[in-house]
This record gives sequence, C-alpha cells and structure tokens, in this order.
Amino acid sequence: MGKKLLIHNDKVPGIHTLEVYRSNGGYASVEKALKNMTPDQVTDEVKKSGLRGRGGAGFPTGLKWSFLAKPEGVPRYLVCNADESEPGTFKDRYLMEKIPHALIEGMITSSYALGAKTSYIYIRGEYFYVARILEVAIAEAYAAGLLGKNILGTDFSHDCHVQVGGGAYICGEETALLESLEGKRGNPRIKPPFPAVAGLWGCPTVVNNVETIAAVCPIVMMGGEEYAKIGIGKSTGTKLISASGHINKPGVYEIELGVPVEEFIYSEEYCGGIRNGKKMKAVVAGGSSVPILPTELILKTAKGEPRLMTYESLGDGGFATGTMLGSGGFIVMDEDTSIVKNLFTFARFYHHESCGQCSPCREGTGWMEKILKKFLNGTANESDVELLWDIQSKIEGKTICPLGEAAAWPVAAAIRHFKHEFLEIARNKKFVDISHYNRLNQIVA
Amino acid sequence: MATVETIISHYPPEKRKSAMLPVLHVAQAEFGGWLSPEVMDYVADILRVKPIEVFEVASFYTMYNLKPMGKCVLEVCQTSSCWLNGAEDIVKYIEKKLNIKVGETSADGMFSLKVAECLGSCGTAPMMQCGASFHENLTYEKVDKILADYKAEGKLKSYTDKDYKNTL
Repeated sequence: MGKKLLIHNDKVPGIHTLEVYRSNGGYASVEKALKNMTPDQVTDEVKKSGLRGRGGAGFPTGLKWSFLAKPEGVPRYLVCNADESEPGTFKDRYLMEKIPHALIEGMITSSYALGAKTSYIYIRGEYFYVARILEVAIAEAYAAGLLGKNILGTDFSHDCHVQVGGGAYICGEETALLESLEGKRGNPRIKPPFPAVAGLWGCPTVVNNVETIAAVCPIVMMGGEEYAKIGIGKSTGTKLISASGHINKPGVYEIELGVPVEEFIYSEEYCGGIRNGKKMKAVVAGGSSVPILPTELILKTAKGEPRLMTYESLGDGGFATGTMLGSGGFIVMDEDTSIVKNLFTFARFYHHESCGQCSPCREGTGWMEKILKKFLNGTANESDVELLWDIQSKIEGKTICPLGEAAAWPVAAAIRHFKHEFLEIARNKKFVDISHYNRLNQIVA
Repeated sequence: MATVETIISHYPPEKRKSAMLPVLHVAQAEFGGWLSPEVMDYVADILRVKPIEVFEVASFYTMYNLKPMGKCVLEVCQTSSCWLNGAEDIVKYIEKKLNIKVGETSADGMFSLKVAECLGSCGTAPMMQCGASFHENLTYEKVDKILADYKAEGKLKSYTDKDYKNTL
C-alpha cells in the first residue's frame, strides 16, 4: 500500500465537514504556516519538495511562485484552476467533492506564502454541485475564523471565493481562465506577460491546479525535504490518477510517483486488470491530449525497461516511444477498441472546444474531425492518412495556447502507432456505425 | 437579487463585469431556463456593461441556452470513456423513448436532449447531466427511472439547483 497524503481520509464519515476534518488533523498547515513560518519559508519548503504542477504541464510549483511580481500597493491573487475538463480526468472533482476543506486549507496556506489577500477557485460550470459543496465549506471556514480578518488571531487576512465557469474546456488554459474570471469569453492571452506579472485584472497572479494547492498542506507539515523523498528523481511526492475505460476498477487512486505502469493496471490495489478477461490494446496515460501508446510501449520503454508512473519514465524517448503523465487521466482500451473511432471522439471534442481565435486550430480541428468521419463511414482513401498527418503537423506549435498541441498530438500518435488500422479501414472500405453522428450534423445544418 | 448582489460583492467594486458568468447562470435559472435578449439586456444593466458584452459571453459558453428549452435538459456525455462504455446506445435509447432527436424538445415541453463533450465522470461512465445533477453508471433501467422521476416532479431543473442528485 503506497503512502497517501491527499485522500488518505476520504472514507472517513463526515470528512467534508469542518468539524470532522479538523478532528482528523485538518488546517494544521494553516496553523503552522501563519504562526511559525514566514511566507518565504513556506515558499522555500514548496521549492525543496520538488512539487510539480498537477494540472498537466508539470512545471515546478515553487519556481512558479518565485516568479510572482511583488510591486508595492498592487494586489496579488491566487487563482485555483478547478476547470477540470480534460477527457479522462476527474481527480480534482473527487478531491473537492469528498474533502473540500483540503483545497480550502491549501488556498489559505498558499495565499499566505504569496501575499494574496483574495483568492478565487474557478471551477468548471458543469461541476455546479461541487461548487455548492465548496461554498458550504468556505462558509464553515469563515465562521471558524479560518477565513476573513486576522485568521487564527494573526495579522493575515484572506477572502476566498468560488467562481463557476460556463462550460468551455479552453478555460483550463490559465490565461483563458483569467479572461473568463474577468467576465469575458475564454480566449487565451498571448504570453508574455505571464500571469505572474500581469494576471487577474492586470495584477500579479499565480494560477495553480486543485491537486497542486492541496499538496501544499502536507508539504508544510512534513517539510519539503521529506516530501521529496517520496517518488523517484524529479517526480516527487504522490499523484492522483483517475483511471477509466476497460478496467475492472475505475476510480481515483493516489499513487507514490514511481509505481510501475504494469502494477497500476493489473494489481488489485489499483485498476484490477482488464475487464472481461480481455487483452489490453492501448492506453492514454495523462488525459486525452497526451499521445496514446500501444500495450508494448506503455508497459515497457523502448529500451525494454519497465515503464514507471513518473513524468520522466512516461516521457522516455519523446513522442516516438513515449507519452506524458499529463493530468493523470488514465484511459485503458481493450483489444476490441477501434483506435480510429476513439480518436474521432477526441477530434470531435477538440473541434467543439476550440475557442476559434487561431486559424490553424479553428479550421484544422474541424478538418481532422471531417476526415476521421470519412474513415468511420467507409469513404476514406489511403491518402487521407497522409492528409491527416499533414493537418495535425500544421496545427502543432502554431497557436496562441496549447490547445493546438492537445488536438494534434492524439492524431499524430494514433497514426504513428496504429497506422495499419487506418489503412485497413481505407482499403477495405470498412464501415463503422456513425448514424447517430450523421443525425447530429443534419440538426446543426 | 440578493444572490446577485452577493456574487458581485466577491469582486472589487470597479470589476462588476467579473460576475458575468455566475450571474448569467442565476438569470437562466430564474427566467425559464434560457437567456432571451431581454434577459441579457437586464443582466447588462445590472453589471453596468454594454448588452453586446453579455451576448458575446452567453454565445461562447455551452451552458447558456439562447433558445427556449424543456424543463429538464438531458446532456449525455459522448467523449472517449463514455463512448467506450456505451454512451451512444444511451443516446439512442433516450431518443426512442422520448420520440425526439438530439437537439429537440419533447412534445410536452418536459425534456430537451443534448450531447456534451466530457463532463468529468469518466470513471462512472456512461453518464448524463440534468441541471446540477450527475447521473452516472447509466443503464436503460436507470434512464427509465430518472425520466419518470423528473416527469413526476415536473419542475425546471437548473444548474443552480440546491437539491442536486449525484448517483455515484
């Protein structure tokens, strides 16, 4: 059984309430940080911990915090990115729903370190009921003097608010999120300036993922160096993985970074193997945007070493033979899965969610969806595979935000590793039932 | 109006526009489940912004309805994990049961059917959302019961409902 730091108490009855949460040691990091540490000391512990952003990009959190501009007389903000919309990813929802105070505790402790007097939790609109859970927890925290003026009798005052989005995946991109929080369309901003310099309302802002912020609490309690002893190399600490697809035990698991992928998929402690005794065909390891890998490459690296659940091991060999840990959205597909059709659901998703600001993304995502539809309805030619490859290459790296890459990488990886499936469908004019999708097009037209 | 004022108080006084998204959710819930041009103008008035600023936001985000909808808007997730677990069959089943197609509203005005792109329930797929409620691990039997319950209730379901259900 691996060490758990974030959801170790998720099964305790009533843990969503302040009373039970505190009786289980909750808010100790606020007490320790505000009464015994300076803000810089908190930041130093986060730096020592090696914590990397758990939203997907994996950027070192302490380093991100240290970029925060601190001009006098200008407010600073902490914004929690709870816009969890990446297909395959539902870990933050679990954390917020089951243990909402874990996030609020992290918001207070992190805001203290950053000198932020106000923070916002921007949560995707579809999670409205989770927002309600957070709002109730925040009200409890205010009533107990953990939020508001002079928290726990110290000089630190802080307000925390929840903002619900409107159902746009793009708002998971930090600058689009800030635009949305300002009451506008979620169009990503050109960087630089980065939010650390000009973020919310032009003020210095740190945007961190839910899991990242919650992880600050155990880091403060155990110390950064102790936290860094968990995991392997630069992949320190624990990580929430949301597992779904054709596995026996879908759900959210907290792992110590470094668990072998094979153990994660097949052990009873985690996914419990492939459903109905079937063989595994492929895995998307970190949410829909990361490259899919066939069984032989997800279990072992190109060098034949066991693949580990770490940022480095999953990325071993670049995209030719590797993928990314990403958000930890782990989708497993069995031997009967059509990779082409699964890719079609991803392409449809990215076309739908493109904000439309950059032409390569706006036009390219729709074009890729159309070509994949040709494969499904049996009208594609072999040359369409090359066309699909060409289009994705013309989106990647040519957009303001990473949605371009997120749309292009799954297509590139599917062709790279499963080109034979595309060709087989094109040569044999195989038909995959998409009558439902055709009806949608008629309605839209 | 008290709810709206509370939302606006979360932002600096000169940044009322930031309340746009949450206020639009409240407006949609209060005015029949959709945002008419008159409702959007009213929101613009409250937030002290131009009407076009409200429209450009309302038309960007998928959760705002710009035309009348049924009392219960059923949104079936169809992205990867839900598809892997039979979301298409669920959509077809609902279409047949309600005698409508995706994008349409039932004759009695009770149900509208939509498809959605990933609602964050991949581990409990297939799923659908209705207002603030998540209905997960869907089967035909479960769908039957959900529809019957909503029909018996006969109430408008909105994202801001406090009596949400989560059928994990």
